[in-house]
Amino acid sequence: METSYLSLDHLSYAYHGMHGETCALTDISFSVKKGEFIAIVGPSGCGKSTLLSLIAGLLTPESGKILFPMLAKDESPKIGYMLQHDHLFEWRSIYKNVILGLEINHLCTPEKLAKVDSYLKDYGLWDFRDKSPSELSGGMKQRAALIRTLALEPELLLLDEPFSALDYQTRLQVSADICRIIRAEKKTALLITHDLSEAISISDRVIVLSSRPASVKIQIPIRLTLPDDSMLAARNAPEFKTYFNLLWEELHDDTAGTIYQKT
Amino acid sequence: MTLQEQYIRKHKRSHRMIFLARLCIIVVFLLVWEISADTGLIDPFFFSSPSRVCKSFVTLYQENSLLTHIGITLLETILSFLLVFGISMLAATLLWYSDKISAVLEPYLVVLNSLPKSALAPLFIVWLGTGIKTIIVAGISVAVFGAIISLYTGFALTEPEKCKLITTLGGNRKQIFNKVVLPSNILLILSTMKVNIGLSLVGVIIGEFLAARRGLGYLIIYGSQTFKMSMVITSIVILCVIAMLLYLALQFAEHWYKKRVL
Repeated sequence: METSYLSLDHLSYAYHGMHGETCALTDISFSVKKGEFIAIVGPSGCGKSTLLSLIAGLLTPESGKILFPMLAKDESPKIGYMLQHDHLFEWRSIYKNVILGLEINHLCTPEKLAKVDSYLKDYGLWDFRDKSPSELSGGMKQRAALIRTLALEPELLLLDEPFSALDYQTRLQVSADICRIIRAEKKTALLITHDLSEAISISDRVIVLSSRPASVKIQIPIRLTLPDDSMLAARNAPEFKTYFNLLWEELHDDTAGTIYQKT
Repeated sequence: MTLQEQYIRKHKRSHRMIFLARLCIIVVFLLVWEISADTGLIDPFFFSSPSRVCKSFVTLYQENSLLTHIGITLLETILSFLLVFGISMLAATLLWYSDKISAVLEPYLVVLNSLPKSALAPLFIVWLGTGIKTIIVAGISVAVFGAIISLYTGFALTEPEKCKLITTLGGNRKQIFNKVVLPSNILLILSTMKVNIGLSLVGVIIGEFLAARRGLGYLIIYGSQTFKMSMVITSIVILCVIAMLLYLALQFAEHWYKKRVL
Protein backbone atom coordinates (compact mmCIF):
# COMPACT_ATOMS: atom_id res chain seq x y z
CA MET A 1 0.00 0.00 0.00
CA GLU A 2 1.19 3.50 -0.85
CA THR A 3 2.17 5.43 2.24
CA SER A 4 0.41 8.74 2.76
CA TYR A 5 2.07 12.10 3.33
CA LEU A 6 -0.40 13.29 5.93
CA SER A 7 -2.70 11.15 7.97
CA LEU A 8 -5.27 12.22 10.55
CA ASP A 9 -6.14 9.64 13.13
CA HIS A 10 -9.40 10.07 15.09
CA LEU A 11 -8.88 13.78 15.56
CA SER A 12 -11.17 15.73 17.93
CA TYR A 13 -11.15 19.32 19.09
CA ALA A 14 -13.40 21.51 21.24
CA TYR A 15 -13.33 25.19 22.15
CA HIS A 16 -13.76 25.94 25.84
CA GLY A 17 -15.50 28.98 27.23
CA MET A 18 -17.08 30.04 30.51
CA HIS A 19 -20.48 29.11 29.14
CA GLY A 20 -19.51 25.61 28.19
CA GLU A 21 -17.59 23.84 25.51
CA THR A 22 -18.23 23.86 21.79
CA CYS A 23 -17.26 20.70 20.05
CA ALA A 24 -15.75 21.67 16.68
CA LEU A 25 -14.35 18.43 15.31
CA THR A 26 -15.10 14.89 16.27
CA ASP A 27 -13.35 11.73 15.20
CA ILE A 28 -11.84 12.98 11.94
CA SER A 29 -9.73 10.46 10.07
CA PHE A 30 -8.40 10.66 6.54
CA SER A 31 -5.10 10.57 4.76
CA VAL A 32 -3.52 12.49 1.94
CA LYS A 33 -1.01 11.14 -0.57
CA LYS A 34 1.99 13.17 -1.67
CA GLY A 35 1.08 15.48 -4.55
CA GLU A 36 -2.63 15.02 -4.02
CA PHE A 37 -5.02 17.97 -4.19
CA ILE A 38 -7.84 17.63 -1.68
CA ALA A 39 -10.88 19.89 -1.38
CA ILE A 40 -12.77 20.02 1.90
CA VAL A 41 -16.38 21.16 1.80
CA GLY A 42 -18.90 21.43 4.58
CA PRO A 43 -21.65 23.64 5.93
CA SER A 44 -20.47 27.06 7.08
CA GLY A 45 -19.20 27.19 10.65
CA CYS A 46 -18.63 23.44 10.81
CA GLY A 47 -15.00 23.73 11.89
CA LYS A 48 -13.14 23.55 8.58
CA SER A 49 -10.74 26.32 9.56
CA THR A 50 -10.15 24.66 12.92
CA LEU A 51 -9.07 21.57 11.03
CA LEU A 52 -6.45 23.52 9.07
CA SER A 53 -5.21 25.28 12.20
CA LEU A 54 -4.72 21.87 13.82
CA ILE A 55 -2.79 20.51 10.84
CA ALA A 56 -0.67 23.68 10.73
CA GLY A 57 0.15 23.22 14.40
CA LEU A 58 -1.46 26.50 15.47
CA LEU A 59 -3.77 24.49 17.72
CA THR A 60 -3.10 21.25 19.59
CA PRO A 61 -5.62 18.41 19.17
CA GLU A 62 -7.49 17.30 22.28
CA SER A 63 -7.43 13.72 21.19
CA GLY A 64 -6.25 11.85 18.13
CA LYS A 65 -3.08 12.29 16.13
CA ILE A 66 -1.76 14.16 13.13
CA LEU A 67 0.91 12.07 11.45
CA PHE A 68 3.39 12.66 8.68
CA PRO A 69 4.47 9.05 7.96
CA MET A 70 7.03 9.97 5.31
CA LEU A 71 9.04 12.22 7.59
CA ALA A 72 11.73 11.17 10.02
CA LYS A 73 10.86 11.40 13.73
CA ASP A 74 12.69 14.66 14.44
CA GLU A 75 11.75 16.27 11.15
CA SER A 76 8.95 18.82 11.25
CA PRO A 77 6.69 19.14 8.21
CA LYS A 78 7.06 22.17 5.96
CA ILE A 79 3.60 23.64 5.82
CA GLY A 80 2.43 26.71 3.96
CA TYR A 81 -0.82 28.33 5.04
CA MET A 82 -2.85 30.63 2.82
CA LEU A 83 -5.51 32.69 4.53
CA GLN A 84 -8.81 33.99 3.23
CA HIS A 85 -7.46 37.47 2.51
CA ASP A 86 -4.10 38.22 0.99
CA HIS A 87 -3.02 40.34 4.00
CA LEU A 88 -0.29 42.00 2.00
CA PHE A 89 1.16 44.83 4.06
CA GLU A 90 0.59 48.26 2.61
CA TRP A 91 3.81 49.56 4.18
CA ARG A 92 5.91 47.09 2.19
CA SER A 93 6.43 46.80 -1.55
CA ILE A 94 5.22 43.62 -3.27
CA TYR A 95 8.77 42.26 -3.25
CA LYS A 96 9.21 43.00 0.47
CA ASN A 97 5.84 41.36 1.12
CA VAL A 98 6.77 38.25 -0.79
CA ILE A 99 10.04 37.73 1.12
CA LEU A 100 8.36 38.32 4.51
CA GLY A 101 8.46 34.61 5.36
CA LEU A 102 12.14 34.33 4.45
CA GLU A 103 12.88 37.42 6.52
CA ILE A 104 11.08 35.97 9.56
CA ASN A 105 12.97 32.69 9.30
CA HIS A 106 16.30 34.41 8.57
CA LEU A 107 16.49 32.55 5.26
CA CYS A 108 17.24 35.40 2.86
CA THR A 109 19.96 33.40 1.11
CA PRO A 110 20.90 34.07 -2.54
CA GLU A 111 19.38 30.73 -3.65
CA LYS A 112 16.05 31.39 -1.94
CA LEU A 113 15.89 34.93 -3.24
CA ALA A 114 16.67 33.71 -6.76
CA LYS A 115 13.79 31.26 -6.41
CA VAL A 116 11.49 34.13 -5.40
CA ASP A 117 12.65 36.11 -8.44
CA SER A 118 11.82 33.22 -10.72
CA TYR A 119 8.35 32.84 -9.14
CA LEU A 120 7.74 36.55 -9.66
CA LYS A 121 8.81 36.27 -13.29
CA ASP A 122 6.86 33.07 -13.97
CA TYR A 123 3.65 34.31 -12.45
CA GLY A 124 3.58 37.78 -13.95
CA LEU A 125 4.51 39.94 -10.96
CA TRP A 126 8.11 40.81 -11.81
CA ASP A 127 7.20 44.23 -13.25
CA PHE A 128 5.11 44.99 -10.20
CA ARG A 129 7.64 44.05 -7.53
CA ASP A 130 8.27 47.65 -6.44
CA LYS A 131 4.60 48.64 -6.39
CA SER A 132 2.56 48.76 -3.22
CA PRO A 133 -0.25 46.19 -2.79
CA SER A 134 -3.05 48.72 -3.32
CA GLU A 135 -1.83 49.27 -6.89
CA LEU A 136 -2.47 45.61 -7.82
CA SER A 137 -5.67 43.86 -8.84
CA GLY A 138 -7.30 41.31 -6.53
CA GLY A 139 -5.98 38.42 -8.57
CA MET A 140 -2.42 39.70 -8.59
CA LYS A 141 -2.54 40.24 -4.84
CA GLN A 142 -3.68 36.66 -4.32
CA ARG A 143 -0.83 35.44 -6.54
CA ALA A 144 1.63 37.54 -4.53
CA ALA A 145 0.24 35.96 -1.36
CA LEU A 146 0.79 32.51 -2.89
CA ILE A 147 4.40 33.34 -3.79
CA ARG A 148 4.91 34.56 -0.22
CA THR A 149 3.76 31.11 0.92
CA LEU A 150 5.80 29.23 -1.72
CA ALA A 151 8.98 31.19 -0.91
CA LEU A 152 9.43 29.03 2.18
CA GLU A 153 9.21 25.94 -0.04
CA PRO A 154 6.46 24.14 1.83
CA GLU A 155 5.61 20.55 0.97
CA LEU A 156 2.02 20.80 2.14
CA LEU A 157 -0.18 23.77 1.32
CA LEU A 158 -3.23 24.62 3.40
CA LEU A 159 -5.65 26.93 1.62
CA ASP A 160 -8.39 28.44 3.77
CA GLU A 161 -10.97 29.71 1.27
CA PRO A 162 -8.33 31.81 -0.44
CA PHE A 163 -10.68 32.95 -3.21
CA SER A 164 -13.82 33.75 -1.26
CA ALA A 165 -13.03 37.44 -0.92
CA LEU A 166 -12.88 37.92 -4.69
CA ASP A 167 -15.77 38.70 -7.02
CA TYR A 168 -17.03 35.86 -9.22
CA GLN A 169 -15.21 36.77 -12.47
CA THR A 170 -11.86 37.29 -10.75
CA ARG A 171 -12.44 34.23 -8.67
CA LEU A 172 -12.71 31.87 -11.64
CA GLN A 173 -9.56 33.31 -13.14
CA VAL A 174 -7.57 33.39 -9.90
CA SER A 175 -8.53 29.94 -8.68
CA ALA A 176 -7.54 28.55 -12.08
CA ASP A 177 -4.22 30.44 -11.90
CA ILE A 178 -3.41 29.43 -8.37
CA CYS A 179 -4.24 25.80 -8.94
CA ARG A 180 -2.14 25.67 -12.06
CA ILE A 181 0.78 27.06 -10.06
CA ILE A 182 0.29 24.60 -7.21
CA ARG A 183 0.12 21.67 -9.65
CA ALA A 184 3.14 22.95 -11.55
CA GLU A 185 5.14 23.12 -8.31
CA LYS A 186 3.92 19.58 -7.44
CA LYS A 187 2.73 20.49 -3.96
CA THR A 188 0.36 18.54 -1.79
CA ALA A 189 -2.63 20.75 -1.04
CA LEU A 190 -5.70 20.91 1.17
CA LEU A 191 -8.25 23.47 0.04
CA ILE A 192 -11.22 24.58 2.09
CA THR A 193 -14.06 25.94 0.02
CA HIS A 194 -17.80 26.37 0.11
CA ASP A 195 -18.01 26.48 -3.68
CA LEU A 196 -18.87 22.98 -4.92
CA SER A 197 -17.95 23.62 -8.56
CA GLU A 198 -14.60 24.97 -7.44
CA ALA A 199 -14.02 21.84 -5.37
CA ILE A 200 -14.88 19.51 -8.27
CA SER A 201 -12.91 21.36 -10.92
CA ILE A 202 -9.76 21.76 -8.83
CA SER A 203 -9.30 18.70 -6.70
CA ASP A 204 -8.44 15.01 -6.96
CA ARG A 205 -10.70 14.16 -4.08
CA VAL A 206 -13.47 15.99 -2.21
CA ILE A 207 -13.98 15.37 1.49
CA VAL A 208 -17.42 16.31 2.78
CA LEU A 209 -17.70 17.27 6.44
CA SER A 210 -20.93 17.16 8.42
CA SER A 211 -22.24 20.15 10.35
CA ARG A 212 -20.76 20.97 13.73
CA PRO A 213 -19.27 19.00 15.37
CA ALA A 214 -17.67 18.10 12.06
CA SER A 215 -16.92 14.55 11.12
CA VAL A 216 -16.01 13.08 7.74
CA LYS A 217 -19.26 12.31 5.97
CA ILE A 218 -17.99 10.96 2.70
CA GLN A 219 -14.91 11.12 0.49
CA ILE A 220 -15.47 11.35 -3.25
CA PRO A 221 -12.57 10.85 -5.67
CA ILE A 222 -12.97 13.07 -8.71
CA ARG A 223 -12.18 11.68 -12.17
CA LEU A 224 -13.03 14.01 -15.00
CA THR A 225 -12.57 13.28 -18.71
CA LEU A 226 -10.74 16.34 -19.92
CA PRO A 227 -9.38 17.51 -23.25
CA ASP A 228 -6.77 19.59 -21.41
CA ASP A 229 -5.92 20.50 -17.84
CA SER A 230 -7.70 23.82 -17.56
CA MET A 231 -10.16 24.43 -14.81
CA LEU A 232 -12.72 26.05 -17.08
CA ALA A 233 -12.76 22.92 -19.23
CA ALA A 234 -13.34 20.90 -16.08
CA ARG A 235 -16.66 22.62 -15.60
CA ASN A 236 -17.79 21.31 -18.97
CA ALA A 237 -16.69 17.72 -18.39
CA PRO A 238 -19.55 15.22 -18.72
CA GLU A 239 -19.10 13.93 -15.14
CA PHE A 240 -19.17 17.40 -13.60
CA LYS A 241 -22.93 17.51 -13.14
CA THR A 242 -23.06 14.08 -11.53
CA TYR A 243 -20.42 15.00 -8.99
CA PHE A 244 -22.11 18.30 -8.33
CA ASN A 245 -25.46 16.67 -7.60
CA LEU A 246 -23.82 14.01 -5.46
CA LEU A 247 -22.06 16.62 -3.32
CA TRP A 248 -25.14 18.78 -3.18
CA GLU A 249 -27.21 15.84 -1.85
CA GLU A 250 -24.58 15.04 0.75
CA LEU A 251 -24.43 18.59 2.04
CA HIS A 252 -28.11 19.28 1.79
CA ASP A 253 -29.56 16.34 3.72
CA ASP A 254 -27.19 17.25 6.51
CA THR A 255 -27.71 20.96 6.84
CA ALA A 256 -31.13 21.76 5.57
CA GLY A 257 -32.93 18.45 5.43
CA THR A 258 -36.02 19.81 7.07
CA ILE A 259 -36.26 22.96 5.02
CA TYR A 260 -35.69 21.59 1.54
CA GLN A 261 -37.63 18.34 1.88
CA LYS A 262 -38.79 17.04 -1.44
CA THR A 263 -42.44 17.68 -2.01
CA MET B 1 -16.36 78.95 -18.42
CA THR B 2 -16.50 75.18 -18.04
CA LEU B 3 -18.19 73.57 -15.07
CA GLN B 4 -14.83 72.43 -13.78
CA GLU B 5 -13.48 76.01 -13.80
CA GLN B 6 -16.64 77.19 -12.08
CA TYR B 7 -16.19 74.55 -9.43
CA ILE B 8 -12.56 75.51 -8.83
CA ARG B 9 -13.48 79.18 -8.61
CA LYS B 10 -16.22 78.46 -6.12
CA HIS B 11 -13.90 76.30 -4.08
CA LYS B 12 -11.17 78.97 -4.02
CA ARG B 13 -13.68 81.64 -3.11
CA SER B 14 -14.97 79.70 -0.16
CA HIS B 15 -11.37 79.17 1.00
CA ARG B 16 -10.69 82.90 0.75
CA MET B 17 -13.87 83.63 2.69
CA ILE B 18 -12.84 81.33 5.50
CA PHE B 19 -9.40 82.90 5.68
CA LEU B 20 -10.85 86.43 5.71
CA ALA B 21 -13.35 85.52 8.41
CA ARG B 22 -10.56 84.13 10.58
CA LEU B 23 -8.48 87.26 10.08
CA CYS B 24 -11.51 89.46 10.84
CA ILE B 25 -12.12 87.82 14.21
CA ILE B 26 -8.60 88.46 15.48
CA VAL B 27 -8.39 92.00 14.08
CA VAL B 28 -11.79 93.00 15.49
CA PHE B 29 -10.92 91.43 18.82
CA LEU B 30 -7.61 93.30 19.07
CA LEU B 31 -9.21 96.59 17.96
CA VAL B 32 -12.08 96.37 20.43
CA TRP B 33 -9.65 95.47 23.20
CA GLU B 34 -7.29 98.34 22.39
CA ILE B 35 -10.06 100.92 22.03
CA SER B 36 -11.89 99.93 25.19
CA ALA B 37 -8.64 100.05 27.14
CA ASP B 38 -7.74 103.47 25.72
CA THR B 39 -11.19 104.96 26.29
CA GLY B 40 -11.33 103.65 29.84
CA LEU B 41 -14.17 101.19 29.19
CA ILE B 42 -11.99 98.53 30.81
CA ASP B 43 -9.19 99.17 33.25
CA PRO B 44 -5.87 98.61 31.43
CA PHE B 45 -4.25 97.91 34.79
CA PHE B 46 -6.21 94.65 35.03
CA PHE B 47 -6.88 93.89 31.37
CA SER B 48 -3.80 95.33 29.65
CA SER B 49 -4.12 96.09 25.94
CA PRO B 50 -2.49 94.96 22.69
CA SER B 51 -0.12 97.94 22.60
CA ARG B 52 0.88 97.38 26.22
CA VAL B 53 1.47 93.69 25.48
CA CYS B 54 3.78 94.65 22.61
CA LYS B 55 5.68 97.06 24.84
CA SER B 56 5.91 94.44 27.56
CA PHE B 57 7.26 91.97 25.02
CA VAL B 58 10.08 94.37 24.14
CA THR B 59 10.85 95.12 27.81
CA LEU B 60 10.84 91.45 28.70
CA TYR B 61 13.14 90.77 25.82
CA GLN B 62 15.55 93.58 26.74
CA GLU B 63 15.50 93.45 30.54
CA ASN B 64 14.22 90.08 31.72
CA SER B 65 15.98 87.74 29.25
CA LEU B 66 12.73 86.51 27.73
CA LEU B 67 14.59 84.12 25.44
CA THR B 68 15.99 82.19 28.41
CA HIS B 69 12.48 81.77 29.83
CA ILE B 70 11.16 80.56 26.50
CA GLY B 71 14.16 78.27 26.05
CA ILE B 72 13.73 76.73 29.51
CA THR B 73 10.04 76.02 28.98
CA LEU B 74 10.71 74.59 25.54
CA LEU B 75 13.53 72.41 26.82
CA GLU B 76 11.43 71.09 29.70
CA THR B 77 8.50 70.41 27.39
CA ILE B 78 10.55 68.60 24.80
CA LEU B 79 12.39 66.55 27.43
CA SER B 80 9.19 65.48 29.12
CA PHE B 81 7.58 64.79 25.75
CA LEU B 82 10.49 62.55 24.71
CA LEU B 83 10.33 60.74 28.05
CA VAL B 84 6.55 60.30 27.68
CA PHE B 85 7.15 58.88 24.22
CA GLY B 86 9.79 56.43 25.44
CA ILE B 87 7.96 55.36 28.59
CA SER B 88 4.58 54.94 26.93
CA MET B 89 5.99 52.96 24.00
CA LEU B 90 7.86 50.65 26.36
CA ALA B 91 4.90 50.20 28.67
CA ALA B 92 2.40 49.64 25.85
CA THR B 93 4.72 47.07 24.27
CA LEU B 94 5.08 45.24 27.57
CA LEU B 95 1.30 45.27 28.10
CA TRP B 96 0.79 43.94 24.58
CA TYR B 97 3.32 41.16 25.15
CA SER B 98 1.65 39.86 28.26
CA ASP B 99 -2.12 39.54 28.58
CA LYS B 100 -1.66 38.76 32.26
CA ILE B 101 0.27 41.94 33.05
CA SER B 102 -2.24 44.09 31.17
CA ALA B 103 -5.20 42.43 32.90
CA VAL B 104 -3.57 43.00 36.31
CA LEU B 105 -2.56 46.62 35.67
CA GLU B 106 -5.68 47.83 33.88
CA PRO B 107 -7.59 49.29 36.87
CA TYR B 108 -4.47 51.10 38.10
CA LEU B 109 -3.94 52.71 34.70
CA VAL B 110 -7.56 53.81 34.52
CA VAL B 111 -7.44 55.40 37.98
CA LEU B 112 -4.09 57.11 37.38
CA ASN B 113 -5.31 58.38 34.02
CA SER B 114 -8.46 59.97 35.41
CA LEU B 115 -6.71 61.50 38.44
CA PRO B 116 -6.16 65.26 38.05
CA LYS B 117 -2.39 65.31 37.80
CA SER B 118 -2.04 68.88 39.12
CA ALA B 119 -2.97 67.39 42.49
CA LEU B 120 0.30 65.47 42.41
CA ALA B 121 2.51 68.50 41.76
CA PRO B 122 2.87 69.47 45.46
CA LEU B 123 4.02 65.92 46.17
CA PHE B 124 6.66 66.12 43.47
CA ILE B 125 7.97 69.37 45.01
CA VAL B 126 8.36 67.70 48.40
CA TRP B 127 10.03 64.64 46.88
CA LEU B 128 12.18 66.23 44.21
CA GLY B 129 12.65 69.83 45.35
CA THR B 130 12.08 72.89 43.21
CA GLY B 131 13.84 72.63 39.92
CA ILE B 132 13.83 71.20 36.46
CA LYS B 133 13.41 67.61 37.72
CA THR B 134 10.08 68.36 39.36
CA ILE B 135 8.84 70.21 36.34
CA ILE B 136 9.74 67.46 33.91
CA VAL B 137 8.11 64.87 36.16
CA ALA B 138 4.99 67.05 36.29
CA GLY B 139 5.02 67.25 32.50
CA ILE B 140 5.35 63.48 32.21
CA SER B 141 2.66 62.75 34.77
CA VAL B 142 0.02 64.68 32.84
CA ALA B 143 0.55 62.86 29.54
CA VAL B 144 1.98 59.44 30.23
CA PHE B 145 -1.00 57.40 31.46
CA GLY B 146 -3.32 58.47 28.67
CA ALA B 147 -0.55 57.75 26.17
CA ILE B 148 0.01 54.24 27.53
CA ILE B 149 -3.71 53.48 27.38
CA SER B 150 -4.25 54.71 23.83
CA LEU B 151 -1.09 53.05 22.49
CA TYR B 152 -1.89 49.76 24.18
CA THR B 153 -5.48 49.84 22.90
CA GLY B 154 -4.20 50.44 19.38
CA PHE B 155 -1.65 47.63 19.64
CA ALA B 156 -4.24 45.23 21.01
CA LEU B 157 -6.65 46.03 18.17
CA THR B 158 -4.17 45.09 15.44
CA GLU B 159 -5.94 42.85 12.94
CA PRO B 160 -5.69 39.32 14.40
CA GLU B 161 -5.59 37.75 10.92
CA LYS B 162 -2.46 39.74 10.08
CA CYS B 163 -0.85 38.47 13.30
CA LYS B 164 -1.94 34.94 12.38
CA LEU B 165 -0.21 35.36 9.03
CA ILE B 166 3.12 35.91 10.80
CA THR B 167 2.50 32.82 12.92
CA THR B 168 1.76 30.73 9.82
CA LEU B 169 5.04 31.95 8.34
CA GLY B 170 6.79 30.65 11.42
CA GLY B 171 7.19 33.94 13.31
CA ASN B 172 7.13 34.39 17.09
CA ARG B 173 5.50 37.10 19.16
CA LYS B 174 8.44 39.47 18.84
CA GLN B 175 8.25 39.23 15.06
CA ILE B 176 4.49 39.80 15.14
CA PHE B 177 5.24 43.01 17.01
CA ASN B 178 8.03 44.18 14.71
CA LYS B 179 6.48 43.19 11.40
CA VAL B 180 2.80 43.93 12.00
CA VAL B 181 1.85 45.68 15.23
CA LEU B 182 4.42 48.45 15.07
CA PRO B 183 4.19 49.35 11.37
CA SER B 184 0.40 49.20 11.30
CA ASN B 185 0.19 51.55 14.28
CA ILE B 186 2.60 54.30 13.15
CA LEU B 187 -0.25 56.69 12.44
CA LEU B 188 -1.82 56.01 15.83
CA ILE B 189 1.55 56.62 17.49
CA LEU B 190 1.94 59.93 15.66
CA SER B 191 -1.56 61.13 16.53
CA THR B 192 -1.11 60.09 20.18
CA MET B 193 2.11 62.06 20.27
CA LYS B 194 0.34 65.10 18.81
CA VAL B 195 -1.94 65.06 21.84
CA ASN B 196 0.95 64.36 24.20
CA ILE B 197 3.10 67.30 23.22
CA GLY B 198 0.23 69.60 24.24
CA LEU B 199 -0.30 67.72 27.49
CA SER B 200 3.41 67.83 28.31
CA LEU B 201 3.29 71.60 27.90
CA VAL B 202 0.31 71.74 30.28
CA GLY B 203 2.23 69.69 32.86
CA VAL B 204 5.36 71.79 32.50
CA ILE B 205 3.42 75.03 33.04
CA ILE B 206 1.71 73.58 36.13
CA GLY B 207 5.15 72.58 37.40
CA GLU B 208 6.58 76.02 36.71
CA PHE B 209 3.67 77.69 38.53
CA LEU B 210 4.67 75.89 41.68
CA ALA B 211 8.34 75.19 41.53
CA ALA B 212 10.31 77.36 39.16
CA ARG B 213 12.47 80.44 39.07
CA ARG B 214 12.58 80.51 35.29
CA GLY B 215 10.26 79.68 32.39
CA LEU B 216 7.02 81.06 31.01
CA GLY B 217 4.94 79.51 33.81
CA TYR B 218 7.11 81.37 36.29
CA LEU B 219 6.64 84.64 34.33
CA ILE B 220 2.86 84.16 34.45
CA ILE B 221 2.78 83.58 38.22
CA TYR B 222 5.33 86.34 38.90
CA GLY B 223 3.42 88.77 36.67
CA SER B 224 0.08 88.03 38.32
CA GLN B 225 1.50 88.37 41.83
CA THR B 226 3.07 91.73 41.03
CA PHE B 227 0.06 92.86 39.00
CA LYS B 228 2.00 93.14 35.77
CA MET B 229 -0.88 91.92 33.64
CA SER B 230 0.91 92.78 30.40
CA MET B 231 3.64 90.34 31.39
CA VAL B 232 1.07 87.60 32.06
CA ILE B 233 -0.71 88.11 28.77
CA THR B 234 2.55 88.32 26.80
CA SER B 235 3.63 84.98 28.27
CA ILE B 236 0.27 83.43 27.42
CA VAL B 237 0.51 84.64 23.84
CA ILE B 238 4.01 83.16 23.56
CA LEU B 239 2.68 79.90 24.98
CA CYS B 240 0.00 79.88 22.28
CA VAL B 241 2.68 80.23 19.63
CA ILE B 242 4.85 77.51 21.17
CA ALA B 243 1.93 75.10 21.44
CA MET B 244 1.03 75.72 17.83
CA LEU B 245 4.60 75.28 16.58
CA LEU B 246 5.09 72.01 18.47
CA TYR B 247 1.81 70.71 17.11
CA LEU B 248 2.74 71.73 13.59
CA ALA B 249 6.11 70.00 13.90
CA LEU B 250 4.39 66.69 14.67
CA GLN B 251 1.81 67.25 12.00
CA PHE B 252 4.63 67.78 9.57
CA ALA B 253 6.15 64.46 10.66
CA GLU B 254 2.78 62.79 10.08
CA HIS B 255 2.41 64.27 6.60
CA TRP B 256 5.94 63.26 5.74
CA TYR B 257 5.25 59.69 6.85
CA LYS B 258 1.97 59.48 4.94
CA LYS B 259 3.55 60.80 1.78
CA ARG B 260 6.52 58.51 2.00
CA VAL B 261 4.84 55.27 2.97
CA LEU B 262 1.16 55.40 2.06
